[in-house]
Amino acid sequence: MSSTTNYILGVYDDEDEVLHAVSEVKSKGIKIEDVFTPFPIHGLDRAVGHERTRLPIAAFLFGVLGLTCALSLISYTMVFDWPMIIGGKDFFALPNWIPVSFEGTVLFTAFGLVTTFCISNNLYPGNQPDLLDLRITDDKFVMAINVDKNKKVSADDIKKALKDSGAIEVNVK
Amino acid sequence: MSHVVSPIREKLVTGGKSYSDVTHDICKQVEGEPTKEWKWAFGISSIVFIYGAYCLFYTWWQGIGVWGLTKTVGWAWDITNFVWWVGIGHAGTLISAVLLLFRQKWRTSINRSAEAMTIFAVLCAASFILAHMGRPWLAHWALPLPNAFGSLWVNFNSPLVWDVFAISTYLSVSLLFWYMGLVPDLASIRDRATTKGRKFWYGLFSLGWTGSSKTWARYEYMSLILAGISTPLVLSVHTIVSMDFATSVIPGWHTTIFPPYFVAGAIFSGFAMVQTLLLITRVVFKLEDYITIEHIEMMNIVITVTGSVVGIAYLTEFFIAWYSGVEYESYAFINRATGPYWWAYWMMMTCNVISPQLFWSKAIRTNLMVSFFLSIVVNVGMWFERFVIIVTSLHRDYLPSSWAMFSPTMYDIGDYIFSFGLFFTLFFLFAKYLPVVNMAEVKSVMKGVSSNFPEKKKATKKTEE
Repeated sequence: MSSTTNYILGVYDDEDEVLHAVSEVKSKGIKIEDVFTPFPIHGLDRAVGHERTRLPIAAFLFGVLGLTCALSLISYTMVFDWPMIIGGKDFFALPNWIPVSFEGTVLFTAFGLVTTFCISNNLYPGNQPDLLDLRITDDKFVMAINVDKNKKVSADDIKKALKDSGAIEVNVK
Repeated sequence: MSHVVSPIREKLVTGGKSYSDVTHDICKQVEGEPTKEWKWAFGISSIVFIYGAYCLFYTWWQGIGVWGLTKTVGWAWDITNFVWWVGIGHAGTLISAVLLLFRQKWRTSINRSAEAMTIFAVLCAASFILAHMGRPWLAHWALPLPNAFGSLWVNFNSPLVWDVFAISTYLSVSLLFWYMGLVPDLASIRDRATTKGRKFWYGLFSLGWTGSSKTWARYEYMSLILAGISTPLVLSVHTIVSMDFATSVIPGWHTTIFPPYFVAGAIFSGFAMVQTLLLITRVVFKLEDYITIEHIEMMNIVITVTGSVVGIAYLTEFFIAWYSGVEYESYAFINRATGPYWWAYWMMMTCNVISPQLFWSKAIRTNLMVSFFLSIVVNVGMWFERFVIIVTSLHRDYLPSSWAMFSPTMYDIGDYIFSFGLFFTLFFLFAKYLPVVNMAEVKSVMKGVSSNFPEKKKATKKTEE
């Protein structure tokens, strides 16, 4: 977040209060940028108005990719490149390949999922975010309102709305 | 978010802690100077590690001829230790993945250290895999890499190759799961940091975490999916380890009961090891409010259940050896119980089948000293289980003229000592430099379950008004 943006921050100290405050503030026609919390609060992302994440689809696709890669590698090596008779079994011995294909699926799903998660949230080593409040990772719940995106409501009205919804502090950054 | 919680539920976090207290209590050990106890513990484990490393180096240098292996006993302490450590390495992922799927909230204060323990235990197991190869510098031959031998590939029909894939996938996925769980907590330490070094290192590894609701929502989905894929993964690992034995034709190994029996045994020994470490950690780091008697009792209940499953498996195995009518199979089992290794067999039976039954008594399973003692007894028993399966099945083969006994040399013992040195050195480093309790997860269950918490809040509200 660039430092030129003006934010009004409502600081709360209770997870239920912040969840109620989100709908209360929104009902006054104020657009909420985001809410920052020390731990996940169920339903908060939907209340703020974020779309449901598509990570599960990504995970599934990575799983399919893993399974395909594992089965391709095994069948290429065991059937085409260097077929060998092992225990009188067929070259294409699918039941024996279940363990390695399964592990391949899990490996690709896990790494693909976490990589997608990090990219979509802009998480990478060395990233130094411009934090709105250092107490977010401790015990405070912070509702951020972008002043530039709320032309219709005056800054004072935003501050009042935050205060009324139970904010213990209202800061400007 | 507060949940509807039955009033008869015990509190998960005691002592009327606030969110800030949680951050403070857990970050304290990371931020403070190492304590005297920690320095002693770390020093001793380093010495053990160095001695063990010498023995392991000697084994690698000279070859596995320095072990006490004989013509019939070709696997002994190496594979016993390997299976023992891999088994122990099942508890962490079980606690964080399976208990997450079952919505067991008590897992939140123990999952971090259990997962760390898992990773270190799997590393110890890997050291035996490398050592038993005899030529560890050729370990990459177990991977399907293009090579100069006319592209001769690994045999994907072999359980030993399955094992390579299972263990390496398990290690890397567990590491990933553990690390992603750490990110929000590393950000907490970053934001509290008073020194430049701490701000840099914890800032580097917290990846720029902000705690935005969007990130958290995705994070929850990610954890759920990782738990979903780790659950079959953890079960697959010991299933595949058991197939190293079960797909052979050795009497005593060639049994179809092995996969579920090994998985139950793995959970059993893993929970016992977690119990041992938790009971020490909670006292040393003064975490009695986070790791309560309730947690210890829950762990003991899991130990009793899995211990009973293992007990039934032992009896079934014995029954089937007789019922099959195969005389080699029957002999293998009679020899286990009454042959020259009878003491190992009865050690296993006592430690694994009888001792966990004591936990039926509430007084015993909520007694810390007894729990600590029994958790060690269980792990001794589980080591003997693997010893019994491996050595007593091998030492008397089909040809009586080649019957032999196994006795370990100092290098068998030294390599085992190495794994303890490695395990505890890594665990103490973890306990000093990383938060031992998952702060974000603990905070998320506090309000719903810790009945002190809302009352304290209400009281402060009233005084404000």
